[in-house]
Parts: sequence; structure tokens; C-alpha cells
Amino acid sequence: MFRNQYDQDVTTWSPQGRMHQVEYAMEAVKQGSAAVGLKSDTHVVLATLNRASSELSSHQRKTFKVDDHLGIAMSGIISDGRSLCRYMRNECLNHRYVFEAPLPTARLVRQVADRAQVCTQRSWKRPYGVGLLVAGFDKAGGKLFYCCPSGSYYDYKAMAIGARSQAAKTYLERKFEEFASADLDTLIRHGLQALSASVTDGELTKDNVSVALVGKGTPLTLLEDADLEPHLAALADEVGGDGAGSGGAMEEGGGADGASAPPAAPDGASGAAEAAPAPEDEPPAPMET
Amino acid sequence: MAYQMATPAHSAHGAPRAHPSWSPYDNNGGTCVAVAGQDYCVVAASTRMSTGFSILKRDSSLFLQLSDQLVIVTAGFQADSRTLHKTLQTRYVQYQFAHRRPMSVGAMAQLLGNTLYYKRFFPYYTFNLCAGLDAEGKGAVYTYDAVGSHERVGFSCQGSGKDLIQPVLDNQLKAASPLVLPPEEWMTSLPLAEAVDLVKDAFVSAGERDIYTGDAVEILIITKEGTRKEVIPLKKD
Repeated sequence: MFRNQYDQDVTTWSPQGRMHQVEYAMEAVKQGSAAVGLKSDTHVVLATLNRASSELSSHQRKTFKVDDHLGIAMSGIISDGRSLCRYMRNECLNHRYVFEAPLPTARLVRQVADRAQVCTQRSWKRPYGVGLLVAGFDKAGGKLFYCCPSGSYYDYKAMAIGARSQAAKTYLERKFEEFASADLDTLIRHGLQALSASVTDGELTKDNVSVALVGKGTPLTLLEDADLEPHLAALADEVGGDGAGSGGAMEEGGGADGASAPPAAPDGASGAAEAAPAPEDEPPAPMET
Repeated sequence: MAYQMATPAHSAHGAPRAHPSWSPYDNNGGTCVAVAGQDYCVVAASTRMSTGFSILKRDSSLFLQLSDQLVIVTAGFQADSRTLHKTLQTRYVQYQFAHRRPMSVGAMAQLLGNTLYYKRFFPYYTFNLCAGLDAEGKGAVYTYDAVGSHERVGFSCQGSGKDLIQPVLDNQLKAASPLVLPPEEWMTSLPLAEAVDLVKDAFVSAGERDIYTGDAVEILIITKEGTRKEVIPLKKD
């Protein structure tokens, strides 16, 4: 998208009926490193690629526990995400204090979306520049939501956001029917495999990946560093043994970078038709939601 | 006319105003005890909840277990106790989010003291013990009054049976004098099993004479492996 005279304020409509500032905020999400979420009947898993700004710095943390039954992964302006995380934690604690019960995932997501919407309709504010994948397990079962800077939220079976997320989405679209009955380890492996499709330089290591999981009877748990090693090893085995069949996690990650790799494209197209939850590359312009 | 006070010090028929018709507090009874050892902490509380001369519940827990190594036990007015526990639980979670590690006993001990003093002029009618393992793995027990005055000690008890049990603990766990030789540590070197037996005996004895102590005693044993719970029945009379 190019600069035009209708993109200065968040409170200005374009003649095409678009709010450019909000769309630019959604661009910020696409600049962040990838985050992936997927769910089965029993668990919801988030996986993030944690960038390090240089060899000297630590890898940025993008996955956070919000409550025992709820966690988030973010992509975009992480400081905006941290502020939302603080709000979400507070809301969950207050709800538990008053009602002695966990705050249902969908309810919290709606509250976050309402706050994001406010920032799209005030001249003295700016939209949040972060996309949140919210994973929760409550009485309604496992839930995965995507909260957008526009103030929209979507319920997903599986989703990927951030840089080169289309490659991860392609993997998810192809495989999502296997997720419902998958056991936890398999689900985590699928998440890591989807994530690795978004990696161009280097590979997934215990330092640059975080996994969060929550499920029936399993409170939200973060897997980092040493806890990840068995899962990464299982992933390497799977990829090594399977070769091209599994859709090429690390080796073909480079190929999937630009346009979808040829094997994936036909599946991607049919996948997009049937996989109602996974959106196309560009998130719909605000007015369409 | 002579000035008349809005609320006369003497009631209509000349007798001094005796007592308010309503109190915001009630005493639900219950006794709690905590003993700190070299590498353990034994915390126990009776499970009878009373009001006046009646029993409300025979299986009511006085504990707030914050983690495997940190516990708060509270006797007194249970409505205030439960609210206090909810507040502390929330603060405990917030601490963990902010500091990315669990609260230490010392930190929670200070927090509890401050929380109680916050309501210095409408206190929580609660008598607390905060117990766990300190950074060196030794038992830590902190004892409180209703408005937050607190101190780390080797053992303590609170609640309705406190005056019956405290002298027994003093006899068994405390040095006869600070001048006795060889010098005795303020923290007992009693082995865990003996400390648990002592606590059980103390409750059985207190249950004989204190009407608010009975039904059962819940004992939490905190060691570096975690927390183990035992429930010992007491007389139901």
C-alpha cells in the first residue's frame, strides 16, 4: 500500500472506505517474527519464533501465561503486547477474586478486542501494533483466538501470524484435520513443523523457540530451553525420516519463503476453500469484518 | 434550653449505654500451631468452625496453601480470614508475574503484615501464622496479631486453644534460659517425626478443654520435597 492523503489520522476514512492507519498497524504485525497456534480436542498449543536482535542479545520473549487456563503469543510491537498482557492478567485475577472461577477465554478476548477498537476511534490514540494468539481451555473446551489491531477477533482451529506466516498457514491448512484427535506430543510437533516453515535463516533451536500448552486438566505451561529439546529432537527425526512427504520443515523452509512451494500450492488452494477458519494472506479490510 | 447530645450517653431510662446491638465481627474459633525445624516445618490447625456455643462445620480448613513451600494458617473470624486469603492469593500470583519466580516466606511474611496493618482501624479479626522453608531450606514460622505485628519464631500457636498449647510448646521446644550451656538454638533440632507427634499430642490435649477445638486436626508437613498432609480425628464433643 502506498502513502496517500487519507492515511494521516486514525479517524480519517479513505474514499474507498478504508482506515489506512489501522491497516498500517496490521502491517506491523506482519513484520514481527512468526507465531503459530493450533488445537486438538484436548489441548491448545502456541509456538513462537523468538528473534534476537543481534548475537549479543537475548531472544525476545513473546509467549506469556495470563492465567492457569489461558496464555498468549504475540507478533508485532511486543511492548504493546506486554501492555495488553498486563490488562489480561488483571482481568483474569479480578474475575477469579469475585467469582472464584476462571474467566472464559471468549469473554476475555472480547474485552481485549473492545479496548483495541477504542484505539481505532480516538484522534488522540493509535491502534495497538500487535497481533495476539490467545490459547485457553475453559468450560467451553479448547479455544484459539486471533486478536487483530483493528479490534476484530476470530476463532480458529489453527492460525499463524507474523513474518513468512503464509508458509506456516499452508502447512496448517494441509494438516489441520489431523489435529483434533492428535495427542499432545504430536500436536506440539505439528506446531513446531508449521513454525519451521517460517524460518529462512538458521533453524529451530531451544533458544529461539517457545511453546505454550494448555489443556483439560493441564494448566498453562511454558516450554523453553531444555524442556523443548525432546520435542525438537522428535521433529528432527520426523523430518529426517519422512523427507519430502511431510512437507519439508527445515530443508524446504527456504523454498516456501517467497511464494508457496509448488507442492503446497494446490493443497493450499483447496485448503483455503474448506478450511474456513484460516484467512487468506491479507487480513480482511476492517469494514468487511 | 440546655444543649442536648445527639446520642445521649445515658439511655432513656437513665442507665449508661451498655453495648451496641450489632457487631461486624464473630469468632469462629479454631486453633493453629506451627513448628519450625532444621529442614522442615510442621503446621497444624483444627477443623471445627463454631459460632457462639454451636458448631457450624466439622471439616473446615484454616489453611491457605500458596505453594509447595509456603502456607498461611488463620484462626479467628472466618469471613475475614477467607477474604484475607483471597487477597493474599491474588498478590501472590501478581508477584510471580512481576518477578518471574515464586514468593519467598520472608516476602510473604512482610506482605501479610502490611496487609493487616492497612486495616488498622477496622482490622481483619484474624490470628495468623505464616510458615514455610526459608532460602537456606530451614523451617520458618512467623506469628501475627490482628493488626500485623509479626515476628519470626521457632514455633507458635494462635486461636482459641493458644493459651493451652503455647506453654506446652515452650516447655518442649524452648531453652530453659538464654544463659543455659551449651547454648541452645532458637530453632528446635527435634527430628520431624517427633515434632509431628508433639503437635498431635498438643491438639488432643487442647481438644479436651477448649470447646472450640475438636473434630479433626489437619497437619501439613513442609519439607524440600514438598508438602504432605495428614488428618487426625479428634473428639467430637
